[in-house]
Amino acid sequence: MLRYLVQRALEALAVLLLMSFVIYLLLGLMPGDPIDLMASGDPRITPADIARLKALYGLDRPLLERYGHWLAGSLTGDFGYSRIHAVPVLEVLAPRLVNTVWLMGLSFLLACLIALPAGVLAAVRPQGWLDYGINLVAFAGLSLPSFWLGILLILLFSVELGWLPAGGVGTVGGGGLGDRILHLILPVLALTLLTTGRLIRFTRGAMIEALRQNHIRTARAKGLAPAAVVLRHAVPNAMIPVVTVLALDFGSLFSGALVIETIFAYQGMGKLIYDAILGNDYNLALVGLLFATLLTLLSNLAADLVYAWLDPRIAYAPA
Amino acid sequence: MQRLMALCVALAALWGGISAAQAKDELVIGITQFPATFHPNIESMAAKSYILDMAQRPFTTYDADWQLVCMLCTELPTLENGKAVLEPGPNGSQGMALTYSIRPDAAWGDGTPITTQDVQFTYELGRHPQSGVSNAEMYRRITKLDLIDERSFVMHIDRVTFDYNGINDFRLVPAHLERPIFAADPAAYRTRTSFDRDPTNPGLYFGPYRISQVASGDYVVLEPNPRWAGKAPFFRKIVVRVIENTAALEANLLSGGIDMIAGELGLSVDQALAFEHRHGERFQIVYKPALFFEHIDLNLANPILADRRVRQALMYGIDRELLTKKLFEGRQEVATGPVSPLDWIYAADVPRYAEDLAAAGRLLDDAGWTEQTDGIRHNAKGEPLSLELTTTAGNRTRELVQQVLQAQWRRIGVEVRINNQPARVMFGETLTKRRFPAMVMFAFVSSPENVPRTILHSDQVPSEANGWAGQNYNGYQNPKMDQLLDQIERELDRPKRQALWRQLQQLYAEELPALPLYYRSDVHIWPLWLKGVRPTGHMGYSSLWVEDWRAEGG
Repeated sequence: MLRYLVQRALEALAVLLLMSFVIYLLLGLMPGDPIDLMASGDPRITPADIARLKALYGLDRPLLERYGHWLAGSLTGDFGYSRIHAVPVLEVLAPRLVNTVWLMGLSFLLACLIALPAGVLAAVRPQGWLDYGINLVAFAGLSLPSFWLGILLILLFSVELGWLPAGGVGTVGGGGLGDRILHLILPVLALTLLTTGRLIRFTRGAMIEALRQNHIRTARAKGLAPAAVVLRHAVPNAMIPVVTVLALDFGSLFSGALVIETIFAYQGMGKLIYDAILGNDYNLALVGLLFATLLTLLSNLAADLVYAWLDPRIAYAPA
Repeated sequence: MQRLMALCVALAALWGGISAAQAKDELVIGITQFPATFHPNIESMAAKSYILDMAQRPFTTYDADWQLVCMLCTELPTLENGKAVLEPGPNGSQGMALTYSIRPDAAWGDGTPITTQDVQFTYELGRHPQSGVSNAEMYRRITKLDLIDERSFVMHIDRVTFDYNGINDFRLVPAHLERPIFAADPAAYRTRTSFDRDPTNPGLYFGPYRISQVASGDYVVLEPNPRWAGKAPFFRKIVVRVIENTAALEANLLSGGIDMIAGELGLSVDQALAFEHRHGERFQIVYKPALFFEHIDLNLANPILADRRVRQALMYGIDRELLTKKLFEGRQEVATGPVSPLDWIYAADVPRYAEDLAAAGRLLDDAGWTEQTDGIRHNAKGEPLSLELTTTAGNRTRELVQQVLQAQWRRIGVEVRINNQPARVMFGETLTKRRFPAMVMFAFVSSPENVPRTILHSDQVPSEANGWAGQNYNGYQNPKMDQLLDQIERELDRPKRQALWRQLQQLYAEELPALPLYYRSDVHIWPLWLKGVRPTGHMGYSSLWVEDWRAEGG
């Protein structure tokens, strides 16, 4: 197992290195650079200023040289400076990551708590009223546009009823845990509604497939209680594909939810990375995306380990 | 149960009362952008100016009546008062010596007096190639600085221009805090400046307010600066909240999350009109004509557009009065050129190109676009009169205008193909490198009596040879226009200058290097109780006079 983990860690490092190169290259090849953007918004800036600033920011150097410079710095823990936030990259990322863990973690947890039992229940009695009801909720979640749902929730709970704040991470100047939770309710609700539908559909499909297996028929023939058949024999098997989906979802959690963050003015990773890309903030965009990649790799590794726990027939050895 | 309900009602009333009381001495402003830096001289950004103008002041600025006034200085130097003197400049040219005095009561928020040492340091910073100051042209024009005493200095400039005494961009930086940082490593200064590393340091500010809290990307809190010697500001606290999505911005205004939306960084006119129809009675909504010149740049290297008759026909083919009336309910003024109708130099008698389809047809016939097939004109070679029009994708207002123009031009046999691009692609590549085949719609921002040198002079055409510098994206080259631009800049006599401006506008209207559309308006949405805000419509924002803002009855 240890050798397997070491091998996966080395693979992850190689993927990260490759990704950093590809992302840096893609960002660098995008039209315009930070100084071009600055110049387009400032009619007073002169050609001499543009040339001087490009040299100062190192933008007059070849892309590969700039990448090499960034890589050398990052190996020493210096991930560079965010152009659009005017502070070192890690100083911007840290608070945004905390916000994202709150928002995405809570909605992920709630979505799992709702979707997994709902999916199982729908599969146990397919075509029944419960199945129809759960499917209705699932399809609603799948088909609602996130920007529309977000605005709708704000209009209902903030404008009409006045119960909840319309956006932000917390009250200006502090407010404590209760205040933070109050600000989280609407975005978490929106995200939970949006992600639950997909998970319900996956769980339901996997459970229906699992309940058709021969060993389930055998278990029923042995006279096992229906609940035991479902929980002990069907659910663990059905969970293997669901865990794959959950692992991918978990990895993408940390790249944030752009639309919901924008609607609720929530300072999370999604908006941060998006703004960094649009604002030609190479360092911030690169580190943000690499971080999301790392978490996707780690969550997939965790999923692989969970497979073995769910199904003892699966064993790991280095390839 | 009844007691419990009564308690709840009482608590709610108390809470409501507290909120109402807070609303009177606190102001929460919603804007759509967060500044990338708080340094006054690094990077130009509307959000930064809007916030910083409450905490700092320029030496000079244009006021709400578009007149140049002193803010940090005591008196504008002029030839008449003897504080502006002509003198020989470098290389035999004519220069000027300008004497300014700093207001005697001006002090940084930590109590340090503002002196000419700050002026000297700001000058050194502006001229240093590694300081990161974006607009260094003004500092390069200053050939020498003589410090007379703690409060007065003489600025020697290398040329004579009509706006010689306006030093709006000379924004002071505190020498006592920033000089050691700069001296330690000039190249690293832009990443180590206290404006970004310690933005709540009181010593960085000298306006009615100082920045007391910053949550990056989220909000900025400003509190009164106890060292401010001018008129005392009314609000105990001002919070500037950033909500980029305009629908969410409206929802926050309605729910009380914010009190007002700043016109400088808020809703577009069409959004504001829809908002006004639904909730107009609850707010003060002010449409302030601004210096945003919405127009269509033309690639004059395109053989179709190189013909002036085609350009004029395009103007006659559209009804801009109808367009602004239908889309903006007449809240945005039709433009005749790069000079705003509100500017004193505006010439009202230049051709306005009111819609005239017959004239458009005649001009296109004369230009050889005579054959009509499927409603599209063709020339003798069988080539269609087809042009591509690009604008910023996702900008709803421009996309609406674009569709109207497309339909109107179709009436005179001109086919318009729409090819919109994200802003960063359009501004970062297509426009700046002149990679558009025919037409691009966007806006130029300017200031009162702004000489349009960068957009009209022949030495401002971006090319590979000049590193794609300049904003004359049309590729317009006319010696007469170049001469007028040079003359206007140097002419100190107002009547003479006005005559030159008239010639420039006349030439622009005849030549049509670009197609003028309309001047944008800023839409300010304020609570009914807010008084004293005066929108300016230019880059000297309303927040420069924040000490005049009051809650009604305050």
